[in-house]
Amino acid sequence: MGGYGGYVWGSYIVTALLIAAEIIWVIQRRKVLLKRLARMSRLTKG
Amino acid sequence: MALAGINWFKYSSPASFYPLAGKMMPWFAGLATVLTVVGLYMSFFVAPTDYKQGEAYRIMFIHVPAAWMSMFIYVVMAVYAALGLIFNTRLSAMMASSLAPTGAMFTFLALWTGALWGKPMWGTWWVWDARLTSELILLFLYIGFMSLEAAIDDPRRATRASGLLAIVGVVNVPIIYFSVQWWNTLHQGASISLDKAPSMATIMLVTMLVMTLAFWMYTIAIVLYRVRCEILERERHSEWVTELMEERK
Repeated sequence: MGGYGGYVWGSYIVTALLIAAEIIWVIQRRKVLLKRLARMSRLTKG
Repeated sequence: MALAGINWFKYSSPASFYPLAGKMMPWFAGLATVLTVVGLYMSFFVAPTDYKQGEAYRIMFIHVPAAWMSMFIYVVMAVYAALGLIFNTRLSAMMASSLAPTGAMFTFLALWTGALWGKPMWGTWWVWDARLTSELILLFLYIGFMSLEAAIDDPRRATRASGLLAIVGVVNVPIIYFSVQWWNTLHQGASISLDKAPSMATIMLVTMLVMTLAFWMYTIAIVLYRVRCEILERERHSEWVTELMEERK
């Protein structure tokens, strides 16, 4: 990278990490939410 | 013509939009993946080394699309917030809430990659330049929007307060865009403009546009995914959500 490796990879890696973190965050949020809603639904029925 | 026959108002209801978002999301996610792979390949293997900036200019393939997305998402968020306030449509507020985290992420990336480009090119990570400062204010606006929404217990009041902030804050977007013309800034002027020929090689421009499209498709996919969570969360007491949960068993 002509001596600029740290700057270039620093940009691309942080971008990839943030995007990955956002994807994991929303998937996790949906999982937790669906579990909570399923529990609510069971309680309402019971 | 077939599109004209669709009753679009139907999809302003969370119950109708929820399954539609679920169907659209994988398509946008797929497009984002393909465009990212193509964009990254072009960024590293097709676009040549810049004669002035060397390899450091490759940061621009992330920096410029991230900066564009940060402004574009804010405008879309403000439009949804305004629609929510004017027409009292529940889905608009949910869309605005779902856009904010992704907008904040792109704003942070624009600042981060800008600093990483600035250090070798300008000799400094940061200057209190009009463009950089107004972009930092945009990040604070996103954080303010999300914090305000989270801080107020009553969802309707939270939506109204954060919506107002989003609408007022939209004035910052033209300030960011025109800052390089209005003030004497260290940040260079626009490389791409509608009324001028681009000041960069075609292959570099195409790579930048592919990366922008990739970020755009990613944003649509993640926002559709997040808005489905918002819908379920806010509509959890409605009958259709209860039925949906029953079906999932």
